Amino acid sequence: MAEMISMPKLGFDMQEGVLVRWVKNEGENVNKGDVLAEIETDKATVEVESSASGVVRKLLVEAGSVVPVGDPIAVVGSADEKIDDAPTKVVEPPAEKKTDDTSGPELKTEEGQARKEQSEAKAAEPPAPPAQPAVIATAQTAAPAQEGPIKASPLAKKVARDNNVDLSRVQGTGPGGRVVRKDVEAALSGAQSASVGRQPVSTPMPVPVSAEDQAIPLTKLRQAIARRMVESTTSVPHFYVTHEYKIDALMTMRKQINEYLPENEKLSVNDFIIKAAALTLREFPNLNSSFAGDKVIRHGSVNVGVAVAVEGGLLTVVNRNTDQQPLRALSADVKRMVAGAREGKVKPGDIEGSTFSISNLGMFDVENFAAIINPPEAGIIAVGSARQVPVVENGEVKIGWRMKATISVDHRVSDGAEAAQFMQKLAEFLENPVRMLV
Amino acid sequence: MAKITMREAISQALMEEMDRDPAVFILGEEVGVWGGTYAVTKGFYDKYGPDRVMDTPIAENAIIGAAIGAAMVGQRPVAELMTINFAFSAMDYIVNQAPKLHYMFGGQFKVPLVIRAVGGGGRQLGATHSQTPDAIFAHFPGLKVVSPGTPEDAKGLLKTAIRSDDPVLFIEHATMYQVRGEVPDGEYLIPIGKSKVQREGKDVTIVTYAKGLELSLKAAEELAKGGIEAEIVDLRTLRPLDMEPVLESFKKTNRAIVVEEGWKSYGVGSEVASRIYEQAFDYVDAPVLRVAQKEVPLPYNRTLEQSALPQVPDIVAAVKEVLK
Repeated sequence: MAEMISMPKLGFDMQEGVLVRWVKNEGENVNKGDVLAEIETDKATVEVESSASGVVRKLLVEAGSVVPVGDPIAVVGSADEKIDDAPTKVVEPPAEKKTDDTSGPELKTEEGQARKEQSEAKAAEPPAPPAQPAVIATAQTAAPAQEGPIKASPLAKKVARDNNVDLSRVQGTGPGGRVVRKDVEAALSGAQSASVGRQPVSTPMPVPVSAEDQAIPLTKLRQAIARRMVESTTSVPHFYVTHEYKIDALMTMRKQINEYLPENEKLSVNDFIIKAAALTLREFPNLNSSFAGDKVIRHGSVNVGVAVAVEGGLLTVVNRNTDQQPLRALSADVKRMVAGAREGKVKPGDIEGSTFSISNLGMFDVENFAAIINPPEAGIIAVGSARQVPVVENGEVKIGWRMKATISVDHRVSDGAEAAQFMQKLAEFLENPVRMLV
Repeated sequence: MAKITMREAISQALMEEMDRDPAVFILGEEVGVWGGTYAVTKGFYDKYGPDRVMDTPIAENAIIGAAIGAAMVGQRPVAELMTINFAFSAMDYIVNQAPKLHYMFGGQFKVPLVIRAVGGGGRQLGATHSQTPDAIFAHFPGLKVVSPGTPEDAKGLLKTAIRSDDPVLFIEHATMYQVRGEVPDGEYLIPIGKSKVQREGKDVTIVTYAKGLELSLKAAEELAKGGIEAEIVDLRTLRPLDMEPVLESFKKTNRAIVVEEGWKSYGVGSEVASRIYEQAFDYVDAPVLRVAQKEVPLPYNRTLEQSALPQVPDIVAAVKEVLK
């Protein structure tokens, strides 16, 4: 039976997508999971996978067309099957993920070659993990910034106003994605994760200081980051714990391992930190969690998000089941996603579902910094540079490798002592890196 | 309560008012000896004689002009226009004289005139004889425009119209004379300028009048089978327009369509929708949709004529659309 492939809904408020390019042509064989086309949402270019195996019998839209979410784009069936204009079965690509607290799985990464070159140049240098900025703005929990006014009925707006519901977080089910009353009511009853009860943050009007002032319109990515960071800092009470790690052994081991690895597969310091954090999180389930009003959700998987600097902003790529992955596989996965992010092409699955994040500015010679939590995660680790510093050992001053890291924690979920213990436990892995290999 | 036709209801109203007030008289084409093109005044000529049931020449201008003059000097004429399409021949009198004389002469004159006009399409009378131009007349302040959808309302409203000191255009739908409905026994009046809920429902508001009421009631039955309860508000009077029951209903349902037989552009639906937006903006959960006649001169061919006029499935579809 032929299956119809539809334009997937890849974001919380995605209403249409541009079919940029067909990867498969009519008549080509396709397996379930193969990339069928590239589509551009208002935030990113994303690959759409086929949800069916067979032959691409019909491409229903031309490259370049704007297609509303849910409209059929292609028919996949067997080679000899008769295809009529209205196939019976409509299947949405698996890209869509409908959970309460996730939304747009992708952010526009735009054209980010500069960073890429930078990280490539640094790849050979021992202490330089990939560039990781301080804040993380993924779309995984944000309803991405909307173009123009929010589509909502006047009644929906009134109900939202009366109940302090942020309409930009409410998914509209009316025509064209319009938010109608029942959507706001659903949000109020908790069926949607609208941020309720939060007053809009006022933005002071900037005063012009010279004729040379320039107004730079926000990109969508910038808008999303701005909103997410305001949301995080205004709704999540942060506290910070800094720890210094002794990483001589790690540096030595990394050097040894990398001698056996080809140039493009060499492990970064950050790979070790990701792995160590994931293993530590397994022992601290309370930090691998999300605050949910009257409860804390402890996540069953440890999925570590890694902040990636891209042109004009950043986003977080997500390594899944990080605690169970060998370092080399983890490293390859992150490298692939980082490259994709910088080229403006990410798969929805690459940027959604993280349960904890790591931001690393080590490559910029940063001693230490603190990051903003990426809601609804409960914590984020900000990693500074690995540096050779004078250290005192057995009463003697020596040269040693040290690296500082600061964890930011949602105080609603956890407290200082637990965070400090976590950072101590992390040391057991970072300072005895062989533990990460077994 | 007796169950009578719209024709009988209108006829009863005329007769009761003529019996009550000797100043009431009827004039129009074929209203006398022949008993009216739609047989509304059958028997009137024999009962009241040629002075009170006057056959006129085929000259609408003269009919309305004479009626205005008689009204200004204290009579209560009921002028019949065989079809509202002929009202255009008397346009100056209907919209430029009758509604304005009271104002132009400092209140010295009243014009207690009723113009009964037969409107609507669906009888294969061709483009020039099948129009529903109600909105045109409702545009002019000073002229009351009434168009009932049930025998009960027709009788009660016509009696009130005859007693009104202002000119009233009373529009009867050509295909509704056979519609039967219960009418209260004895004398009763229904005020002009009061809309009425003709069917209660909670899911969507259908605003309509005249023929639209008949169609909307059928549509509501069909919708009810699918679990959609439509509330139907019958405007009954287009000017002065009573929005109270409409707004009250809309505040409950938050969704509305307007059903009218006239063309959509610049029509009754546009007016009602606009007032909803103005007066109940914060209750709007979906755009108000208009079901109306296709924007063509009405075809003669029966199939084409029916497809150009609003029908029950159009109403059902509009309701479903507005409930999306």
